Amino acid sequence: MAIVLPTILMLLFTYVFGGAIQSDGGYVDYVVPGIILLCAGYGAASTAVDVANDMTAGIIDRFRTMPMRASAVITGHVVASLLRNLVATAVVIGVGIAVGFRPEASLGGWIGVAGLVALYILVITFLFAAIGLAASSPDSANGYGFILMFLPYVSSAFVPVDTMPTWLRWIAEHQPLTPIIETIRGLLLGTGIHGTDSWWALGWCALILAAGVVWSGWLFRRKAGRR
Amino acid sequence: MTSTAPAVALRGVRKAFGKTVVLDGLDLAVDRGTIVALLGPNGAGKTTTVNILSTLVAPDAGTATVNGFDVARQPEQVKASISVTGQSAAVDEVLSGEENLRMMGRLSGLTAHQARRRAAELLDRFDLRAAGRKRVKTWSGGMRRKLDIAISLLRTPPVIFLDEPTTGLDTRSRQDLWAMIRRLADDGTTVVLTTQYLEEADVLADRVAVIDHGRVVAEGTPAELKARVGGEVLALHDADGAVVREVPTDGTLTGLRRALALVGDDALDGVSLRAPSLDDVFLAVTGSPAAASTHDQSTENQKEIA
Repeated sequence: MAIVLPTILMLLFTYVFGGAIQSDGGYVDYVVPGIILLCAGYGAASTAVDVANDMTAGIIDRFRTMPMRASAVITGHVVASLLRNLVATAVVIGVGIAVGFRPEASLGGWIGVAGLVALYILVITFLFAAIGLAASSPDSANGYGFILMFLPYVSSAFVPVDTMPTWLRWIAEHQPLTPIIETIRGLLLGTGIHGTDSWWALGWCALILAAGVVWSGWLFRRKAGRR
Repeated sequence: MTSTAPAVALRGVRKAFGKTVVLDGLDLAVDRGTIVALLGPNGAGKTTTVNILSTLVAPDAGTATVNGFDVARQPEQVKASISVTGQSAAVDEVLSGEENLRMMGRLSGLTAHQARRRAAELLDRFDLRAAGRKRVKTWSGGMRRKLDIAISLLRTPPVIFLDEPTTGLDTRSRQDLWAMIRRLADDGTTVVLTTQYLEEADVLADRVAVIDHGRVVAEGTPAELKARVGGEVLALHDADGAVVREVPTDGTLTGLRRALALVGDDALDGVSLRAPSLDDVFLAVTGSPAAASTHDQSTENQKEIA
């Protein structure tokens, strides 16, 4: 799944939508950052279900009676999601290159992309982990997480925001994903980053990560603390 | 480690969930290397007692110690002294049985090599080797139960808690497990188990604590307890096989004759003898039968004895 989905999405956006959006074939260069974040969202979503599963099955109680830190359950799922989605990111870039993506990033640019993508994966994984903790069952965890997967569509991921109606454009410009995508795009294409995009990207990530960590920590203590 | 302290001690332990009082001043002491059965119906407070002793639940009042450590103030030392098998299956369905055992072994401090060896031993001992490499998702309920118990035997800590360990096991697995539990106690491990089956407490336990409405209402060796309950129960049936009357006996021939004399020559269609059930224990100890919810369990128990 971590390999098939990124491949399919990459091919879908390049060959099915790409021609209509930008007929000269250059769309692939534009769309790679969006696909990376989209895939990270899909990949991290399973964390919600996995966490909900562990919290509702008796296994969390066993961990709590063992001489170990029970919250390692959450840490484990987060680390697994990070590694899984970094692989998916590599697949997106690999398939992208195969279908005509030509990154111009410097070494520093690549390091920046890797760092920011990893940070974004952590952010969204912690949100999904908190959703998994808040949900009463694995099924409802699956449902709650759905909204997060739509965020990339209302951003500059797939089309420039100035093609959208004014009200939607305002949302797209100001939501967290747009500066993240613009920063990754600037680094990958070597075109530089506009204005304060990179600071907005880091700021949003830090803020949401902090919220996700605090929220999931609170939920974990409430659900798996001593009753 | 304070080896003179009892393995487990509860003094005046109270616990309420909302307005429901679950434990109402429970006292119990368990000697090292013995097997103690907490016997009682659903809702008596057995599981809450185990949960308090295994640090999952905090008592509202009273003190509880395990291996000399206070569950409220020294939970880490308590956790290092115990292993627990709860009622709900605590296994990872995505992993195979062997992987479950290895993972839990590693998490409880075994080296990779030790965990692998222990996993193989336990799969053999619980007759799970054939399915060992299949995902637990495909296993039957009884097999999962065995795996669950196998996990808590990965290490042999001073105290092992087993919450209704044999529920859902077939007769053979149940007897295998009994033998295993006894071997643990012979090696010096203290075993605290809960059960709804008088027979299980009888066969296995050195001492039995009968729990009702959050208190220990009777405590002693199985022999002492049975002396209070009496022997087999004479049951009279109507034409449809339904029990119309039960007369307790003291288990002797004289007692049986006496019971038969009590019955008289009423035109009844059937007669049978059954072993005393949990209900009979409660009747003898508390003067009232166990809560209605236990009825199904105790009839099931009789079938198993028969």
